[in-house]
Formats: sequence, structure tokens, C-alpha cells
Amino acid sequence: MVSIIQSPLVQHDAKQVLLPSPFHPRIEQHCLVKNWMSWNGYQTARVYDTLASEYFAIRSSCSVMDLTPMEKYRISGPDALSFLNRLVVRDVSALKPNRVTYVVWCNDEGKVLDDGTIFHLHQGEYRLCSQHHQLDWLLISSLGMDVSIVEETHEVAALAVQGPTAYSVLSAAGFDGLDQLKPFGILHTQLDGFEVMVSRTGYTGDLGYELWTNPSNALALWDALFGVKQRGLYDLRCIGLDALEMVRIEAGFIMPGDDFNTAETTVRAGHDRSPFEIGLGWVVNFDKPHFTGKQALLREKDRPIERRLVKLAVEGNKPPVDSFLYDGKKGRRIGTIKTQIWSPILKANLAMADVEYRNGKLPVQIWAEIYYQKELEWQVTWAQCRISDVPFWTHPRRSATPPQNC
Amino acid sequence: MKKYDAVVIGAGHNGLTNAAFLAKAGLDVVVLEKNDYVGGATVSRELHQGWQYSNCSYVCSLFRPEIYQALDLGRHGLEVVPLQGSATFKQDGDYFGSYHQPAVRRREIARHSKRDADASIRFDADLMKWCRLIRGFLLRTPPDPASFKPRDVMEFAYLLKRFYTLSESQIYEFIRFFTMSIAEYVEEYFESDVILAHFSGGSIIGTGLGVYSPGTAYVLLHHAMGDIDGNVGSWGFARGGMGSLTKAIASSFQSHGGELRTNSEVEQIIVKGRKATGVVLASGEEIDAQVVISNLDAKRTFLGVMDPNDLPADLLHRAENFKIRGSSGKLNIALDGMPEFPALPEGSSLTLGHMHFTDTLERLERAYDDWKDDRWSADPYVDTVIPSQYDPTVAPAGKHMMSVFVQYCPFEVEGGWTDAKRDAFGATVIDQIAEHSPNFKQLILHVEVRTPLEIEAEVGLTEGNIFQGELTLDQLMFNRPFPGYAQYRGPVKNMYMCSSSTHPGGGVMGAPGTNAAREILRDLGRRDSTPRDFGDD
Repeated sequence: MVSIIQSPLVQHDAKQVLLPSPFHPRIEQHCLVKNWMSWNGYQTARVYDTLASEYFAIRSSCSVMDLTPMEKYRISGPDALSFLNRLVVRDVSALKPNRVTYVVWCNDEGKVLDDGTIFHLHQGEYRLCSQHHQLDWLLISSLGMDVSIVEETHEVAALAVQGPTAYSVLSAAGFDGLDQLKPFGILHTQLDGFEVMVSRTGYTGDLGYELWTNPSNALALWDALFGVKQRGLYDLRCIGLDALEMVRIEAGFIMPGDDFNTAETTVRAGHDRSPFEIGLGWVVNFDKPHFTGKQALLREKDRPIERRLVKLAVEGNKPPVDSFLYDGKKGRRIGTIKTQIWSPILKANLAMADVEYRNGKLPVQIWAEIYYQKELEWQVTWAQCRISDVPFWTHPRRSATPPQNC
Repeated sequence: MKKYDAVVIGAGHNGLTNAAFLAKAGLDVVVLEKNDYVGGATVSRELHQGWQYSNCSYVCSLFRPEIYQALDLGRHGLEVVPLQGSATFKQDGDYFGSYHQPAVRRREIARHSKRDADASIRFDADLMKWCRLIRGFLLRTPPDPASFKPRDVMEFAYLLKRFYTLSESQIYEFIRFFTMSIAEYVEEYFESDVILAHFSGGSIIGTGLGVYSPGTAYVLLHHAMGDIDGNVGSWGFARGGMGSLTKAIASSFQSHGGELRTNSEVEQIIVKGRKATGVVLASGEEIDAQVVISNLDAKRTFLGVMDPNDLPADLLHRAENFKIRGSSGKLNIALDGMPEFPALPEGSSLTLGHMHFTDTLERLERAYDDWKDDRWSADPYVDTVIPSQYDPTVAPAGKHMMSVFVQYCPFEVEGGWTDAKRDAFGATVIDQIAEHSPNFKQLILHVEVRTPLEIEAEVGLTEGNIFQGELTLDQLMFNRPFPGYAQYRGPVKNMYMCSSSTHPGGGVMGAPGTNAAREILRDLGRRDSTPRDFGDD
């Protein structure tokens, strides 16, 4: 076992159940409804003000979200790239410095542990961001390799600035050079004398950036952004995790742990999922000489998968919360809704759903049985569902460089 | 002369549970208890005025909620209050706190090792896999793997079916798990010494094995498979002490018309024509019954209250060799106030949970070395709880009751136990706690020190073994207590066993008593009053 005790024995306050992020002094002021939850142990707002205003900040103006709780690992050393390329199912060997890529990684049984992004920060130096805690698996996966893996979640303060005016807001806040920053690109820059890394990445499907800096600069960064609003230039709103949930489903992004059970936490056999089972076959690269889970995933050709996570548009306006899915109205049960939202921009119920996948085919018909209540009286209704092969919603401004009309 | 439908020997929690289900099914049942109080090793005893000691078993987790519900124990006065968290104090003045808040616990593990904080996710999930599997077997009679009776074949098929709900890799891991030592098991997850020690302690409790002995990993599961209101692995205090549990079962039993007789030690089970027909008490009184159920451990049953002429030689040989070694002691302490633990932050919640003072696997193993050499551990592993922080009924206001479980303490100490040696054993434990609590000794008003000798003498557990037989693979499932006798039926007709010497084993679980009741009712052609497992999925 690799013994790298990465921990200063720093005492912590056990009565402070959730940690404040470096932005907390400002977040606390902006969060009017005090609707807190835990995100990786950090005190995180579900909602700041109203869900609708936060959603529309992302889709029609500019939103700010504290990303600090996202798990971050610094990966460096001579074998850093070969370590990463074996870890993930995608081929990342050609990832250039200052570029970011979306990745998924599996255990040896080909079941998904988590998804995330790899940032090639500088030549040979990487940051892996993940949804869940991964240090244990990263260290296990590094056996025999000359690679340094350091968890840096708390050492990097991060904000997501997303929405149509994100570019304009950042430019007005003093960021230069964003006009040439392409999607999944990284820009190392300075703001008022401190270092900020800007990446054109996000979880909203819209134009957006993520800002990364030392926690000591967190409040200065925040103030520089909100200074744009104070000067009356652009509106800018903090958004909580509830609004993020809406836009990520619209954009077709999956959430490990919510849309499927991650392999490490799976107790019941068969409750974990392979990349193909969650619709992420496109990131699996069998041309790579080896990656963790490759053999198991190759076997899926002989033992075809039987379930698929799909993007589902559900007709009508009754929310298909936790709904069972059937192959016809009052037919045979074939799946369940995992997560769902009402999309204000599409005026539709959108969902991630786990459905039967037989002989390489998705169900021809899918019906949701929906329980809903009006004034505490419960009703049941049926709604037909349609699988979407593409994200429910995209916008050209997400990928245009330089961003236009924003 | 009156003839009962059933006589149960021993009013421990399994005897009472068994009797309660028989009475609930309409049988005329009498429970005979040698002591002048009921409860066996599940008692609250006022040995110092104003204090109620749970002087044997002291926390509750394994007791099956199905039984709780079926016997209506809530209405019979039982209340189990979950206790929060646990801590291991280190020799360097630091500590590890397993806080009840997941976010805080995670941060605290990370304080000792960031890696271990993440590894604990894997550890918890893996342990849950085995818990989930094993819990399904608790309220079932083990099949006889050598039998071709349809019921055994079907039950064995059920067992295999459950087993094959595991994935291929889980099956490999599960088989390894049953044969591994706890030290080797936890080392596959953790790196920090104190965390390794913290998660290993539960594996040696009540067991004549060390942390590096193969088979101890399972004992961890035996302690972790309980739950309180669905919180798997959490433990609770029975309000009023553990005696409240047996009082509630006794009350439920009596509400179904059952009869309890204390001061009624059974001398012998009467067997006529290879059928048990009743018992003879030490007083000479004979009690006739259609069935006789022994809640005594397997050794005491077959070597104590049965005539060897009534038993097969092979069975006597098995009983003689049944592993039931005493390895645990207990201190029950009345305190004048709340002891201070300066290593903990001011006002820490960690005193509300289990406290341990052994911070390395090596110290745990050295503690075992002493036991092997017929000495109590000079540096023992203790599980300390102070239930009076939650429960106002176990100590006077402002005072506290501390329960200290001690591993290891031998049944036979070098040169034999004396009062002086018992006191020296107690002093060893008190000294260890006092190293971490400067005012502890001054607060002590009364101490009851129990070595395995006292536990055997008072409770009747052979050698003072708290599980009525060790929890090793050769003595579990269809091997418990002996191969061929795992279905609660004795070697003569109308004689049954319902003690923790039978499947699924020790701990205040109630499952052996319940399973035995089911078999008895089946043989008698009576309505089954026992509950079915709630099931997981």
C-alpha cells in the first residue's frame, strides 16, 4: 500500500458541521433565504433568492456559483500523463497544455466510479476535478508509477461565471484576452495583481467560464466581479445548486450519484453502471493500449448491456418525480426516472431515466406513471416520453469564439 | 401434577424471547431462572445505591427490530436511545473522533489521513455488502448441508441464492473476508495507525483471538450488522439499563399468560425413553412439560444439566471441545461527576459515545499476547461508555455511571484468581483510563470488577464467554453449536436449544430464541407466532 499521509494534523471545530468556503463571507450576504445544504462538506446554498431568478440569470444574463467544494487533485510527476491515460476511459494522451477535457473513469469491472475534467495546467502538470471523493482510488491506481497526487480542494478557490453575458462581465471586471479563449481552453492571467486561471468550461451548456485562484484572493475576485453590477453595467446573480440542476439537465449533463450509482458506493450487485449503460460510450476509447476497465468493457460486446440512462422529455406539465416507466400506458415496467426538472426555456418536463435496453435497442414506447397532488389531493396520470439523443438545449454562443452578441 | 406445554431453562434474553413467542402462540410456558432476578447477561443491577449497572451486556444494536415489534416491546416499556459517535485516545495526547455527523467524521478522518477519509467510503460500502447478506440469515434456521430433506435442500438453495446476489468479485471478497484477520482486512483500506486500531477493536470483543488472528474480520461484522432505526452499525442504550430489555420481554411473555419462576435452578433435564419429559430443580421439585428448552450454553446444557447416558458419545465429545473461552472482563463504575478528557475539545460530543484508549494494532495484539499467557492484558483494549449522559434513570442527578468492557481477561489466570488479583485487574483498567482523564480516579465512588470467573459464577456463561461460544467459522451457521444440531433440536426428542450457542450466535439479538420458537411450534403443529425478517430490498 502506498503510504502517503497527506494531512497536517490541524484541529477543526466539530461543532461547525459544514465548512465555509473562502467566498463564504460574501455568499452569506447574498444568500437571502438561507437554504443551505452540504456539498462535499461545504456549506452550500440550494437557493439564494428565488429559483426562477437564478435559472434565468444563467440562461439570459450572468450567474456566479461557488465551485470550491468540487473535488480537485493536483497530478504531476514523470508518469502523470500515463497515469491519467490509464485511469480514464478516454484517450487523453494528446491533451495539450492549457486545454481541458471531460473524462470518466471505471474500476476493473468497467463500472463508473465518477466523472470529471482534466485540466492540463502547465506542461506535465494536471488538475483532475471530480464529483466525488477519489483520493483512495487515485492512489490505488498510481501503484508502480512515479506520480504525485495531492488533494487540493481547499487550496483552490473557484467560481463558475456562466450565462450569455459572462464574457462581457468578465471583460468589464478587468479580464483581458478572453476573446480568443476557446471552449475547453485555459488562460493564465492576472486580475488586480493576483493570479487567476480562467477556463472556458462549465456545467450549464451555455457560454461560461470557471475562475480559479488562491483562497487568499477569493474575496477580491468576488468583489471584482460584483463591482460590474455595482457600476450598473450588467446584472449578476449568485445561483444555488437547484438552478444548476435545471440547466445541467437541459444541457444533457449527467450527475454521478444521482443519475446512476457510483461503483465505489454500490452495495447491491448490478446497481453500478458501465459508461455504455449511462450513455457515455462516446468517451470510451478502445484504441488505447490499456485503461482500467478496458477488458470488462470489451466483454460487453459478448454480454450486451441491459440498461441505459437516457434523456427523456415527458409530455405535459405534471412533474414525473421518481416515476416508474412502462412500455405502454399501464404496460410492463421498464425503468425509472432518476432526476427531472421543468425547463422554463423549453416549457417541458425533462428527465434522466434508467430504462431497459434489450438486444441493443431502446424501448419503442415509454410511458411515465406520474403521481402529483393539488392541495394535498393526490392524482395519478400517464405521460408519454420521448428519448432525446442530443442535449435538450444548446446555444451557438456556447462555442463561438470570440463570443458574439453577448 | 401440572404438566406445562413448555419449560424454558434460563431467563436470559433468548430464553425469555423464546418463551414469549411460545406463549404468544398459546402454549402454557414456564421459565425457570436460577438467580433471584431475570435477564441473565441482560440486566440492570443496583449494586451501589442509586446506580443501575448494565453489568454484563451494556449496549444494544443487534436486537432484531422484527422481534421488538412482534413482542410489542415498546409498549412493555423498552426504549433504545441511539448513542452518538466514538473516539480513540492516542498516547501522544491527540485523539480520533468518529463523530456522528458524517461531514465532521470525514474531516476528522482526514485530519489523520486524507487518504483514509476517502478509503472509509470503500470500507463502509464493502462492510455493508456483507452486512446485507448476513442479516438475511439471522431470523432463519440454518439448513443442514448434509441433509436431503426438502426443507433443508430448499433452505440451502435460498442461502446459495442469497449468496449469488453478490457479484463475482464480491463472492471472492466475501470468502476472503470470512477467513481474514481484522488487521489484514483494515490494512487494505487505511494507513493511519489510530484509524486502523479504531476500526479493529470491535473485532476482538468477546473473542479469544487477536487482531492478527484469522477469522477476526467476521467478528467485526457481527458487531456492525445491527442497526437502530435503519442506521446500520449504530448502537444504543436501553433506557434504565439493559435490564429494561429483558424486563420488557418478560412483561410481554407474562401478558401472554407465561409464568416466570426465579430462584429455580434446574439440576437436570429428565429424559424417559429418549424423550425429554421435564426437569428436576435443585430443590428436588419436578416439573413436567411436553417440551424442554435449554437457554444455557451448549457446554452447560450437555455437560451440566443432562445425564450422559441420555446423550450420544459423539455429542458429549463435541460439547467437551466446544470453544467457549473466556476472554473479557467488565468494570461498572459509579462516578461522583463527569470525568474530564483533556485531549478532547471543550464541550466535545465524543464522551457521548464509545471511548477507547488503544491507538495501534500492535498494542491490540500485545494485549492478546498477555491473555495467551494466562494473564490479563497489562495494556487492555477497553470499550467505555457513560450512558448516564443520556439516561437520567441509571445514576443520581449530577452523578454518572460508566461501563467499561475489557478485552482481554482470562478465565484461568496464572496461579488462579484471588480477590487481590481481581482488584489488580480492575486497577490496571482504571489506570489506563486515568492516563487520559486526570480527575477520573477521584470521582470513583464504587467499582464492580468482573472477571470471566464472576461472569460464569453469576450468569452461568461457561468460562464467562459473552457469546456462549466463539464466533469462528467452525462454530457458525450450520456448525453452531455442532454440525447436525444447528436446527435448535436437541439429541433427544422434545428437547430444544435456544441460547446464543445456537445460530446466529452471541450478542443481545434475540434471534436464537426466536428461531428456536419457530422450530418448536412447527414440531408441535402450532401457529407460528415468530416474525419474518423485514428484508432489505
